[in-house]
Amino acid sequence: METIKIISSYALPAIILIILCIGLYKEVKVYDIFVESAKEGITTVIKIMPSLVGLMVAIGVFRASGALDLLIFALRPVTDFLGIPKEAVPLAMMRPISGSASLALISDIMKVHGPDSFVGRVVSTMMGSTETTFYTLALYFGAAGIKKIRYALAAAMIADFSSILASVWICTLVFGRS
Amino acid sequence: MLNYIWFGMIVVGFVVGIMNGRIDEVTKAVIESSGKAIEISIGLLGVMCLWTGLMGIAEKSGLVELITKLARPILRFLFPKIPAKHPAIGAIVMNLVANFFGLGNAATPLGLKAMNELQKLNPRKDTATDEMSTFLVMNTSAIQLIPATVISIRAALGSANPTEIVGTVWVATVSSAIVGIIAVKTLGAIFRRGKQWKL
Repeated sequence: METIKIISSYALPAIILIILCIGLYKEVKVYDIFVESAKEGITTVIKIMPSLVGLMVAIGVFRASGALDLLIFALRPVTDFLGIPKEAVPLAMMRPISGSASLALISDIMKVHGPDSFVGRVVSTMMGSTETTFYTLALYFGAAGIKKIRYALAAAMIADFSSILASVWICTLVFGRS
Repeated sequence: MLNYIWFGMIVVGFVVGIMNGRIDEVTKAVIESSGKAIEISIGLLGVMCLWTGLMGIAEKSGLVELITKLARPILRFLFPKIPAKHPAIGAIVMNLVANFFGLGNAATPLGLKAMNELQKLNPRKDTATDEMSTFLVMNTSAIQLIPATVISIRAALGSANPTEIVGTVWVATVSSAIVGIIAVKTLGAIFRRGKQWKL
């Protein structure tokens, strides 16, 4: 499992180096293009700001009132059985529906438990390895005019579910459960 | 759908808060959370800019195109029924590669194009084909090179090592993609057999 830690440490620097070297080799004005493209990052963040405010307020209310604890408590038997940390359950429920709500949720979870806690690492891994399945399905099939989706949703949900279990499993192996 | 969830969370939150006698905490949470949302967004800015900037270079230098070319044979294997020169394959590959690099804005139009191309091959226009389902599952399993948003949030919240989850994300995402593809192929076979039996 040391290998996965090493991969995590070297992945970003290696990718940055490869991108820059290939860029220079292909005679791309690397710095100019970087600055030009980085603007898009600002637009992306500005665009999600209003939804992040709305959703984080809703999550904040839900947690501060004790409603979140009730929900987690109710789902306790299922999560204990599957070995999923109970704090990660709301994310597992929200992830297929909304990307910005999931983003708000993981921010909230990591704010409370810390990004370097076991729960923090599990929700980070879950967030990075799944997609907004319902939204994507509705968008893509809707655009093509598909009404009978047959087994598509079932297969996508199986994949999502396996990625939740895989996240818990790999984080336990790599970081240890603490 | 999100309209109801949002409304539900706030209303349930207030009601439970009143019942628990925690209305002061709830009020405090309203104010604090909205401020925190902006704080986190600003924390996001740095890494997001870095990443989109680098992706700009990757696109311009033809790296994205190169990966697209390399990915083509694998895709042909997963979509055996699509004719060799059909534009659907190209659109699917480009969509998956755009997702792989986290180019969300580029990925969606390519995905829609891929779906429309697959629809041209569809004999029954209102029913999803096996290829469409395979593409959807591959898309939602979200194979991603660098989970930039997650790293940004971890950094914004003061993680000692924001990128330590890159390896675990890769493992989780690849295993879910494999499970997804197995699920699609298995369910597809079951459905085909069901049709023979007039289910």
